[in-house]
Amino acid sequence: MASVLFYPFTEYLFMQRALVGSLAVCISAVPVGIFMTLRRMSLTGDAMAHAILPGAAIAYLLSGLSLIGLTMGGLLAGLVVAALAGWVARSTHLKEDTSLASFYLISLALGVLVISLKRSNVDLFHVLFGNILALDNAALWLLASISTVSLLLMAVLYRPLVIECVDPSFLRRTGKASSAAHFGFLFLMVINLVAGFHALGTLMAIGIMILPAAAGRFWAKTLDGILLFSLPIGFSGCYTGLSISFYFDLPTGPAIVLSLGVVYLLSLFLGVNGGLLKKYYPKRHLAG
Amino acid sequence: MTIHVTNLTLTYERHPAIHHLTATIPQGEWLAIVGPNGAGKSTLLNAMAGLSTIDEGTINGLDPRTVAYLPQQAQLDKSFPITVLQLVMTGLWEELGFSKSLSHADCERCQEAIAAVGLQGFEHRMIGTLSGGQLQRSLFARVLVQNQPVILLDEPFNAIDTKTLSDLTKVIEQWHENKRTIIMVTHDLEYAKQYCPRTMLLARECISQGPTKKVLTTENLERARKLSENFDEDANDCMQGAA
Repeated sequence: MASVLFYPFTEYLFMQRALVGSLAVCISAVPVGIFMTLRRMSLTGDAMAHAILPGAAIAYLLSGLSLIGLTMGGLLAGLVVAALAGWVARSTHLKEDTSLASFYLISLALGVLVISLKRSNVDLFHVLFGNILALDNAALWLLASISTVSLLLMAVLYRPLVIECVDPSFLRRTGKASSAAHFGFLFLMVINLVAGFHALGTLMAIGIMILPAAAGRFWAKTLDGILLFSLPIGFSGCYTGLSISFYFDLPTGPAIVLSLGVVYLLSLFLGVNGGLLKKYYPKRHLAG
Repeated sequence: MTIHVTNLTLTYERHPAIHHLTATIPQGEWLAIVGPNGAGKSTLLNAMAGLSTIDEGTINGLDPRTVAYLPQQAQLDKSFPITVLQLVMTGLWEELGFSKSLSHADCERCQEAIAAVGLQGFEHRMIGTLSGGQLQRSLFARVLVQNQPVILLDEPFNAIDTKTLSDLTKVIEQWHENKRTIIMVTHDLEYAKQYCPRTMLLARECISQGPTKKVLTTENLERARKLSENFDEDANDCMQGAA
């Protein structure tokens, strides 16, 4: 049994790289995902994931599957869309989700159009679903660097992010911290989506952020507790997804996201904090 | 420091929510802002708190960083997984900022504030499990921790039971004794008459300001009601004060 569990990762370098890469993405993406779910921005994240497509596509046209090119392209496109959506939301009566949806749709259409100029479905598949099994040393360094920057920035922004979530008016009075928290968080989302995009592709990148966070909320009440549960859930989903993909010859990105999805569904039913089982089969009420 | 509101206009889609308001609020005043729905009470408080853009005029003598603001409960996300103690600790933001660590003395200050509003034993309860009154006590504890010279309260006793109202009023009286400026939006005219020494009656413009009993006359209240209903969809540009 132990050999079945560990064999792919002891024998194959590409599986070791894939595991290290996915765990690096996970360790920074999960905390960001927790705040996305708490700020009700899960679908905003999904929109952002689509928004990085044209940047990656244009970079691909210019430089092929170059690591730096795709990263910079995705990063630029994501930041431009986030900044434009934020600016429109603050300057007009449109809510941020509507302005973001508008920009991401323009962005997505542009991305698909640019990719179609190459007339190759294989390339489109790579951009949309990533290729975690092809991570080389340079890609691993990139993922580790993004992860480090993300964790450090998250540590700096942690307090204003919590305050912004509970009472948005509290920080807005003093101006700068509120904007720092808002745009800093959008930056965190974009860099983690770009990291996720290298591993899982633009369509699946959001999965590694949202699913562990959503599952974790069924096991803990406090923010610390949610983080404590979500990270191992994310790690186990990456490990299981990679193993299943190896043994059953399945695409890796969807296998990882589906593994996380299974943990989410189990948490939904069995979770001690608001899970369905507890809701439909409650214990007897307390005396006081 | 005295707060000077001069010729202040705040608008919503170009229609004035506050129209050419001029008022003076001396330091240490406990002022109730009253008026009918749509009179611009919360809009004025938001502007004082630095939460909205001023279209015209000025508010001098009020630095948003020296203001403790108690929002309406509807503005809070009660589902956020945070405890009472952590909520009260957010009041230390001005002192601690992004990175300064929380000292033992800071923790004690927060515990004392929680005790002062009668919430001892609730420190580790999640805010989502609190009643409306308990949550309001928590927010008052946060204002206590902020320790600012100007306190803005937006409908602090909306849907609050009489015991909580009485306990929290004692907290406000303590602030008043300590010469803090308290500006409080309320719909409760009886409360204003009983506790607030001075009142500003608003109906987009200031109908009357002064000692509460002189302001809250039947005549003034009727005038305020009529004025606040006076909304003109096809109004011309206001030329008051235009060059």
